[in-house]
Amino acid sequence: MEITVDQTKTSRRSFLTMVAMAPVAAAAVSSCGTSGPSSSSGGSTGGGGGNATASMWYLSGEPNETIKNENISSWNDANPDQTLDITFFQNDAYKTKLRTAIGAGQAPTLIYGWGGGILASYAEADQVLDLTSWFDENPDVKGRVLESTYGAATVDGKIYALPNENASPIIFYYNRDLFEQVGIEPPATWDDLMAAVQTFNDNDIAPIALGGQSRWTSMMWLEYLYDRVGGPEVFNAIYAGEPDAWSAPGSIQALTMIQELVQAGGFITGFESITADSNADIALMYTGRTAMMLHGSWTYSGMKGDGGDFVPSGSLQWIEFPTVEGGAGDPKNMVGNPAQYMSISTAADAEAQEAAKAYLADPENGIMSDSVIQAYIDSGQVCIATGIDDLIAESEDADFLQFAYGLVQDAPNFQQSWDQALSPATSEELLTNIDQLFSLSITPQQFADNMNQTLGQ
Amino acid sequence: MSAAAATAPPAPVGRGGRPPRGATAAGSVWWMTLPALVMFVAFGVVPLIGVFALSLTTWSGFGAITANGLGNWRSVLADPGMYKALGLTFGLMAVSWLVQTPLSILLGTFTAGRQRYRAFLAVLYFLPLLLSAAAISIAYKALLDPNFGLAEGLGLPLLAQNWLGDSTLVLFVVIFVLSWQYVPFHSLIYQGGVRQIPASLYEAAQIDGAGTVRQFFSITLPQLKYTIITSSTLMVVGSLTAFDLIWILTAGGPGTSTRILALDMYLRGFRADQMGPASVIAVIIVLMGLGLALLLQRLGGKDRASSQLEGL
Repeated sequence: MEITVDQTKTSRRSFLTMVAMAPVAAAAVSSCGTSGPSSSSGGSTGGGGGNATASMWYLSGEPNETIKNENISSWNDANPDQTLDITFFQNDAYKTKLRTAIGAGQAPTLIYGWGGGILASYAEADQVLDLTSWFDENPDVKGRVLESTYGAATVDGKIYALPNENASPIIFYYNRDLFEQVGIEPPATWDDLMAAVQTFNDNDIAPIALGGQSRWTSMMWLEYLYDRVGGPEVFNAIYAGEPDAWSAPGSIQALTMIQELVQAGGFITGFESITADSNADIALMYTGRTAMMLHGSWTYSGMKGDGGDFVPSGSLQWIEFPTVEGGAGDPKNMVGNPAQYMSISTAADAEAQEAAKAYLADPENGIMSDSVIQAYIDSGQVCIATGIDDLIAESEDADFLQFAYGLVQDAPNFQQSWDQALSPATSEELLTNIDQLFSLSITPQQFADNMNQTLGQ
Repeated sequence: MSAAAATAPPAPVGRGGRPPRGATAAGSVWWMTLPALVMFVAFGVVPLIGVFALSLTTWSGFGAITANGLGNWRSVLADPGMYKALGLTFGLMAVSWLVQTPLSILLGTFTAGRQRYRAFLAVLYFLPLLLSAAAISIAYKALLDPNFGLAEGLGLPLLAQNWLGDSTLVLFVVIFVLSWQYVPFHSLIYQGGVRQIPASLYEAAQIDGAGTVRQFFSITLPQLKYTIITSSTLMVVGSLTAFDLIWILTAGGPGTSTRILALDMYLRGFRADQMGPASVIAVIIVLMGLGLALLLQRLGGKDRASSQLEGL
């Protein structure tokens, strides 16, 4: 807004005003692009710059920032000829910056992401390397992570990324103490859940914590309900762009059920004002104000860190998402993000690409080295490495990790988060409509009609 | 905001063949406009042309740019979402003008007084000017949290409203926070305007028996005419491009309740990867900004060069 200050000098003549106003409007457009590659740290763009061989952008935020930093410095110590340069960004800023950088041909060598629709859009624009043959030559590398995680890295039968780090299954958490207080069992079915909502409301306890302003938080409820009601087929049809897939019977039923839950006062009053970014939703859980919460596995370590005695005392418990009577979905089906994904930019030079591949493959100091895996487990995350059951069993969070790792390993279907799986344009439309659905400002039928228009785009 | 440099206007160039006013005996000084002109063209005109060109294409932000003719224009102009955003933008513009202008004039007049306590209060009033929009939004977001915000801190359950989640209430919250941020700035403009009004006008009025209220309406307000136009232009064009505060506070939600044009442009371009339609909206914003600014200048009247201080 500082631009407007300058206009006080110019507003004397309409001619000059025109001249003066144009940049304001232009800045409104162009300023969105100023977060582009120009502000990146020295030598980290383009892969070949500076003294590092290859570059990598990563998300800031603990515990993974420290883990990644240590991982990169041990790699650089062991491989002085193929060093990596790492720069950290905040989550939302990273997504925008990366897209701008890729558009400008200045992407980092290693492109970090979540697979699915966005990775597919990079692959279709020929911005990321096809790694299929590289995986064929290096079966050890491929086998080091769970097989089920490759789905979101695959576009038209070709693999464009190495799944790594952690799975983020969505977990149904509940507060054991509050359930004991009102004398009911955790809900095994949707009817149980609706009854529990009634009981908690009668006892003046808010039933479910939800950071509704963040929208993807509400989306997680729909992801599970679609699966439990109609099985994975309902969303698969949407994903495939089949006409009117959003108004399939299973879809309408799930949408109707979620509005019934909202109307019954299932979510805490004012949930539309609560954001997940500020962790206000998980705070509701560990302060004992709400009895239930559907959230990512990553919130476990947050509640453990901020919640004092809440997690160690066993107040926090977790179960599989309730089943729906007559529903088609397997109760073991999961939703969430199967893994993080690391791709290699086609814009990087050959030397940088080789260094990146070496980093992805190296079992000692590379992306999924033993010490990295151990660090993920120690921080309470669901690492997707294979053969780590013993390590998990020794962890102080063994109960939770065994449950979550088991779910990921055994899930007949692991549905990737919708906003990651669908194209960016459809995701944006979806999130807006979910917001309106949860605030009851549109009906299930209107939701379906709005979303049907995005199919096949 | 590199474009800020470009807002420095070129020195006045004569219209209609008159010799430039800046001409001296030593010759024309038109070249002195060059630095400003170069910056303006590079950061103002070129991006504008680029945006207009993009509005005729299909582009995801990376990959190939393909021509699309008027397709984007047709789809955007047929999109009810755009008209809702347009309506919201004008609604926000009107209400925030109605809220901010009287407040700013009163505060500006008040702080223009030379009393010591007014100077002290003026410093307090201007504090929000020192804060960035991002800091303000994040702070308000935390304060307005229904469970851990002001209501909890002050023990006042009345404050635990669904501030950012209710589709009507949220508009007023946004206008309140916007006003909180910008009223100090406009007060400062009015303070300067009021201080320029000659004291002799007030003395004469006092002799004629006019009270404080009458002096305000008969002298202060008319004398502030051009200040009001300046401040209104800034507010109106500012609401067109208001982005950061609303983006952080609500991100356009709930639903599309606060999705004004600038947010609509950003969401289409950088979230939905549709640079073409986003550019169409950008062009619409540019044209509306120019039109409104011109309109406000016209309101100032044709005889604007004439003095408001005749006889003094």
